[in-house]
Amino acid sequence: MEQQDHKIAVKDLTLIFGKNKSAALKLLEQGKTKAEVLEKTGCTIGVNKASFEIKTGEVFVIMGLSGSGKSTLLRCLNRLIEPTSGDVLVNGENITKESNEELLETRRTEMSMVFQKFALLPHRSILENAAFGLEIRGENKEERLQKAQEALETVGLKGFENQKPDQLSGGMQQRVGLARALANNPEVLLMDEAFSALDPLIKSDMQDELLELQDKLQKTIVFITHDLDEAIKIGDRIAIMKDGVIEQIGTAEDIIRKPASDYVKAFVEKVDRKAIVTAESLMFKKPTVVQLEKDGPEGVLRKMRNIDTNVLPVIDKNKSFQGFIWLPEVLKADKKDAATIAEFITTEVPSVYGHYTVEDMLPLITETKTPIAVVDEETNRLKGIVAQTSLIIEATRFDRDEIADLKEQAIDQ
Amino acid sequence: MEKIVDIGKYVEQLVNWLTDNLAFLFDIIKNVGNGAIEGFESVLLFLPFYIVIALLVVLAFFKVGKGGALFTAIGLILIYLMGFWVETMQTLALIIVSTIIALVQAIPLGIWAAKKPLVNKIVKPILDLMQTMPAFVYLIPAVLFFSIGKLPGAFATVIFAMPPAVRLTALGIQQVPQDVVEAARAFGATNRQILQKVELPLATNTILAGVNQTIMMALSMVVIAGMIAAGGLGEKVLEGINNLDIGLGFESGLAVVILAIILDRITQALGQKK
Repeated sequence: MEQQDHKIAVKDLTLIFGKNKSAALKLLEQGKTKAEVLEKTGCTIGVNKASFEIKTGEVFVIMGLSGSGKSTLLRCLNRLIEPTSGDVLVNGENITKESNEELLETRRTEMSMVFQKFALLPHRSILENAAFGLEIRGENKEERLQKAQEALETVGLKGFENQKPDQLSGGMQQRVGLARALANNPEVLLMDEAFSALDPLIKSDMQDELLELQDKLQKTIVFITHDLDEAIKIGDRIAIMKDGVIEQIGTAEDIIRKPASDYVKAFVEKVDRKAIVTAESLMFKKPTVVQLEKDGPEGVLRKMRNIDTNVLPVIDKNKSFQGFIWLPEVLKADKKDAATIAEFITTEVPSVYGHYTVEDMLPLITETKTPIAVVDEETNRLKGIVAQTSLIIEATRFDRDEIADLKEQAIDQ
Repeated sequence: MEKIVDIGKYVEQLVNWLTDNLAFLFDIIKNVGNGAIEGFESVLLFLPFYIVIALLVVLAFFKVGKGGALFTAIGLILIYLMGFWVETMQTLALIIVSTIIALVQAIPLGIWAAKKPLVNKIVKPILDLMQTMPAFVYLIPAVLFFSIGKLPGAFATVIFAMPPAVRLTALGIQQVPQDVVEAARAFGATNRQILQKVELPLATNTILAGVNQTIMMALSMVVIAGMIAAGGLGEKVLEGINNLDIGLGFESGLAVVILAIILDRITQALGQKK
């Protein structure tokens, strides 16, 4: 089998509910809308030509409101719902063409699923529930209980083995659901609104724990949710679905900064951008810089004049960030006829890494009026600078009062 | 009133045809069935009455509790003292055999009906018919097929007692939460595994409620089957009616009630305790 960096590839996946599927499919291929197809054939489109690829080890979130077809799409991946047309390739093998036996094998070994309402067996103990997938697979009792035990420990449920599901809280029940899925040691986890039924606080904990687990386990996770905050928190990439169509696929930031449609835009408007937009995306990429070893006071003044500024970042010959140089200091250096500006640099300035969010950077505004330098985590190379104004605008995009407040604070200092 | 449509004639013709052409089959059924019933009877009667009572009391104690055990003990001793022990054991044997035959058919049928809407659609009106038809009517074909005796009694009983087990089995299976079934499917379970590991365990209580109903209906029918010489308490009740013997009627009726309560409590407890 050829090497590939994606685990799952979905091509033109379409699912139609109703009797006259072939006619509906034809209309759809002619580019008719969901409503038109419904009117002409009485068929509902569940998923409309969805195509995407999921990389190995990625958390891929499919998000949409109820009725958007997201759960249906997920169930097409393991054929709990039979797609009408299109292909689903897992490890390059076409699931949609598999015989019944092959499909059972795929479900038993390659993909496990976690459900919104946990879907545990009430008459069985936690341990037996966690071992369920292995039991279906036909593993002997000793081995499957051993593996189930390990899976329960992974999700932090050691000591609860002999309880029944209804003795546990929702969050803990879902841990059992997760343990059941992990016990099978699948490559792919399908999570259908796995945390939607939980209390907000527990939900947040579970998200954190999933991310922690994912750091260790590196599964390929397809996660369904209707909650954009959740999608942003856990998704490496997010696909937004509406009426069975995937409207946009991208990182949280792509989607928030460049919504592909009005629908997506309406969605993301409610999101707290401060927690998502990063320094990397906000920074001015190729700023004019002062090269410590090369530029003397004269050179610095010329550069400042050119771009009409009173402050410039300083780097050394390795492009490592040194600090900022302000206009009054340059003038001082010039007066003294200093050969280098080294002594005149303000070095006590904050710098951030590319993944810092606006929220992380906000406190820096109130400490200094300097632009914020964005540096590489390892080499300290200057990657760009974030101007305070863009930070303030980004932070307060939808609230004039907040802008005013921040401005005042900034001026006060 | 004048008869315009004569359905009865067709049914009669059908039954006659069956009697003429399938006589050999009915003979086999009759022999096997009678063998089973008499087998149970002789076991129950071979054991001394106090052993049978002790066994039932122990069963009642563990399944129902102290009260149940006490009632079972007093009730059965009373039956013995009234002189109905043999009849009661005959009735019990007939109930056991009828119930087993009924369940062997009813549970698979119920599962099938739960899975296939079409089957459900066909089975439902038939069950309605079986349940609402006056119980005595079943005695007629039973006698025609098997003449009189215990086996035709069991035959009529099976028909009369089957419906609740079919219905409640179907209901139990249908009530299994769909997401649990879906979860099993997502983990690669076959239909058989889903039935064995998910649906039947989760439907057990409802199915056992059906079993309880079947046993109770079997008891009532077994008494009626006394009319076709099925023996047991039914015959005593009938004797009481025929002779207008109030004493005998009351005593045998009381024995039926005691047996009914014991069977009901024990089988109900089976469904409740896991």
